[in-house]
Formats: sequence, structure tokens, C-alpha cells
Amino acid sequence: MSASAASGNEVRGDRAADGTPLLEVRDLVVHHGQLMALDAISLRVLPGEVYAIIGANGAGKSTLLRTIAGLHHPTSGSVLYDGKDVTGLRPERRATQGIVMVPEGRRLFGSLSVEENLKVGATYARQGPWTMERVYEMFGWMRERRNQPTAQLSGGEQQAVAIGRALVANPRVLMLDELSLGLAPVVVQRIYGMLPQILGTGLTVLLVEQDVSQALRVASHIQCLLEGRTTLEGKPSDVTADQVEAAYFGLAGTAASPAGEESEA
Amino acid sequence: MAWVNAIIQGILTGGLYALFACGLSLMFGVMKVVNLAHGDLAVVAGYIAIGVITVTHVPVLWSFVIVVPIMAVLGYVLQRTLIQSALDRSVLTTLLVTFGLSVVIENGLLQFFTANSRGIGANLALVTGAFTIGSQISIAYLLLLIFAVAVAVLLGLQYFLSRSKYGRLIRAVADDKEAAQLAGADYRHVFGIAAAVAFATVALGGIAFGMYSDLDPTTGTDTILLFAFAAVVIGGLGSLWGTLLGGIAFGMYSDLDPTTGTDTILLFAFAAVVIGGLGSLWGTLLGGIVLGVAQQIGAQINISDELLAGYIVFLIVLVLRPQGLISRGVQSS
Repeated sequence: MSASAASGNEVRGDRAADGTPLLEVRDLVVHHGQLMALDAISLRVLPGEVYAIIGANGAGKSTLLRTIAGLHHPTSGSVLYDGKDVTGLRPERRATQGIVMVPEGRRLFGSLSVEENLKVGATYARQGPWTMERVYEMFGWMRERRNQPTAQLSGGEQQAVAIGRALVANPRVLMLDELSLGLAPVVVQRIYGMLPQILGTGLTVLLVEQDVSQALRVASHIQCLLEGRTTLEGKPSDVTADQVEAAYFGLAGTAASPAGEESEA
Repeated sequence: MAWVNAIIQGILTGGLYALFACGLSLMFGVMKVVNLAHGDLAVVAGYIAIGVITVTHVPVLWSFVIVVPIMAVLGYVLQRTLIQSALDRSVLTTLLVTFGLSVVIENGLLQFFTANSRGIGANLALVTGAFTIGSQISIAYLLLLIFAVAVAVLLGLQYFLSRSKYGRLIRAVADDKEAAQLAGADYRHVFGIAAAVAFATVALGGIAFGMYSDLDPTTGTDTILLFAFAAVVIGGLGSLWGTLLGGIAFGMYSDLDPTTGTDTILLFAFAAVVIGGLGSLWGTLLGGIVLGVAQQIGAQINISDELLAGYIVFLIVLVLRPQGLISRGVQSS
């Protein structure tokens, strides 16, 4: 951690001057076996913002979130939270310190009821504004159905429980991994519609989204990944649709590697 | 009347088997660990009870107050060290490690306590006494007590799993270890708690068996573990693959010379059957009862058929209802 100040110059634009980041990733390299999933990724998430990572399948978005959550070990690079290096910390310790992730595919506890899922989330909670009561207020239907097994809920309802389970832990950084996956557009809209309420309690959100238009709509800052590298970053208002498209698919003119055989769109 | 007697004796004996089986079932359900040292640990608990009674002169029945916490702590420590490090490698490694533990315990007991068998409280009226109903049915106080303890333990386990904070965490971790970590739970600690609970039931099983019969260093594998597995399987679990593996292993067993480590192969057969599914707690009790009744009825026909009858029922269940009599789910909800 000796070269702490030097890595700031990787960040483009005026972000370095915007203040102290709550969460910072420096030159993160992650391998899945022989395969390099992330190649020197850096990012700075400022307090109170919605930071969106976009990119195609296999770009390394989920790997990035999972590494920040502590579920993958990086080959090199570091994760800093509130100024402290948390790279070596176990996932459960990061969660209790305030980095909480809603995992891809919701991952609810299938043999537990809705309320029990929330109770597990609240077991090691920090002090803060979020309680089960508040979650029930935000998702009106949930209180009545709190004793149902989660398998009986629709996909959107399950996603709401997964978000509720993360919120009751009172995170400072809430990480959302592919909220829209497998959900109808209307449901996705409704869930993202909750974001202002969540941000209103002082949270910072780092999200991964394949649905680019959705991400552009909610984010205050976006970063596009392609094959483990950053191809574009900036404020949604500062980037053009063409730039995003080029960065997403790795077309010529971007900083990305040659287009390659990107078969999945 | 003799048949009615056999059925009653079988049901009561089933309580003992359920006591053996519930810890095995819990550890498998939560950690996916098939603890092949399960029976030997029950014997260890029995020997600790004998030691505690001899040294402190506590009443025989109260020895559990000391033995259960000792075994619970041992369970937590073993899980956090030996079993967890095996789990970190692979689930199959836990089979090897617990099998090794079983061998070490058995030989350690032989070394320190010789092969002589001992009982617990053999001179107590409770252990030897019985009351009769009519002229043919004689019910041992001890068996009735063990059955009551088994039911109480299962009720307690069910309450613990469904209502308490750690019970909830245990179910959450059994469902999805990683999601539990993201909720701030250290699953290794939760595994430790589950092992402590399982070992507490093992302690009761060991003491009960020491009073019911005699303990010697080989009792654990030869008797307790076999009955525990059979009870778990008959009671209910849920995988076709497990059944297939079990069938293959059983085939191997019957083809081999019975003198070459049959115990081991039979054990692995049961272990293979258990892999891939988990019996419900009440399925465990039912499994124990079915096994007990089958054995008693077998003995009624011919005394040498006692064990055989148990395994025939085991095989019939495996063929006709491989998911067990009651399938799946740690909690009943």
C-alpha cells in the first residue's frame, strides 16, 4: 500500500478532486483459474452517489462486485473502504462493517420465510435507520406475506426481499448485482423506482447492470467494462449513446482491446 | 400377544436409534458432512460418563449434565479444526478424515480401556426394572425413558431450529453459505454451533446405549453408526444419485469376500446412500421405530434374523421409496 497517492492519476476527468471516496478500488486484477477476469480495474465511489458498472456478459462486472464483497481473492490490487484497506478481510467482516451486496439471482434462503430472511439480514446489523418495520413500510405487500416461504413469491417480490435483507443490515455501501436479471421491464422499473427512497437514508449505491438504459437513467456515474478492462467512464450526461455503444461492444475507436469474437450480445 | 410385544419393543428401541441418528442427520443436513466417527464419539461419551460417575459419584442419570457440555465443546472444536479443514478441501475429504478419526478413537479406546465391555449403571433398578401389561408384555423402564428422551430431544431440536437465532442461522447457512456470509454470518462459526448441538445428542445416545447394553471400543462403528445410518435412510432423504451410489456400493459389498473389511464397505454403502439428501427430524424418529420394529419381529421369527430383518426393511424402503418415508427439510414448518 505504499503507492497510495500515485494510482489516482488513472482516474480520468475531475473525479480525483471531488473529495474522499467511500469505496475505492485500485488496480484490481482477478483470475478465475488461468483466465484473467479483471485486468487492473480502478474505481472511486463517492459518498451518496449511484455508481453503475455496465458491460456485456462476461465483461467482469459481477466478478468486480464479488471481489469487493470479499467472495473472490484478487491476484493483485486493493479494495479500500472508508480509507482503510479491506482487501484481506473476510466477506462477513466486510458486511458487518457496512459493505453489503444483493447477490445476482437474489439468493434468498429457500427454507426460510420472508420474515426469517429479513431476520438473518438483521442479525449482525450495524446501527442505522433501517429496520424490518421500515422495509415493510417501503414494500407494502410484504408485511401480510411475511410468514410465506420465499419460493411462493414472484421474481420481483423475491428481489424486493433480497434488497430488504441487505437494507436491514444498515449498509453504508449497498451493492446491487444485476437487479433486472430475469424480471419483466415493468417490475424492473418499479424496483429502480425505490432507489431514491433508499438513497434518502444516506446510502451509497454501487450497481452492476446489463440493461444500459436503466443504468444511465439512475446513475450519477457510469463505468463500462469489456473483457475485464475499463472502456469508458464518466457522468451519464457527459457520454453519448455512440460512445456507450462502442465501449459496450468494443468497437473501434475506444481504448479497448480489438473487438474479438464477442458472440453474446 | 408375542407379536404385539415385539412391535412395542421395536418402537421403544426405535427411540434409541433415533437418538443415534438425529445428530448424524443434522451434521449432514447443514455441513454435508457424513460423520463416520459418529458412533465412536457416542462410545467416547459413554466412557466419559463412566469416568464422571466413578470420580464424582454423581447419580448415573445426572451424568449427562456434565457429559453433554463436554461433548458439545468437543463438537465445536472438532468442527472448527479438523472437519472444517477437510471441508475446505472437499466434501469427500470429510469422509476420509472422519473415517480416520473413527479408527483413531477406536484404537485409542482399546489402548486405554482394553477390549472389555462395560455398562453404565448396570445395578440400578431403573436399568434392570420393567413393568408388565397382561402376562406377555413387559416394558423396561429404561427403554421407555430413552424413548421419552428421544422425543424430547427431537422436539427441542425442532424448536431450536425454527425459533432461535442460531437455529435460523443454521438453516440459512444450510440453504446458502455464501448468501449467509453476505448477511454478515461467519458460516464456520455457525457450523461449529451445529456440530456442538449434534455432539450433544451424540452424548445422550452414548449414555443411553451404555445403560441399554454394554459399551466396548468397537460398539461405535459396529452398532451405533450402522443403526444411525439405517434410521436416517429409512426415515427419509431425497436423492436418486445417492440411491444409485448406495446400490453400487451394496453390490460391491455382496461380491466381496465377507471377511475383507466388510464393516468398512457396508459403512461406505450407507454413507453413499446418505449423500445427496437429508432426512427430516421426525423422519429420523420414524426411521428408528421402523428399524426397531423390524428387528424385533425378525427376532420373534428366529433370534438370528434380528439384524437381517432390519436390513431387509432398509432395502425395501430404498427400492420402493428411495426418498424415505418422510422426505426433505430440516424444519417442518
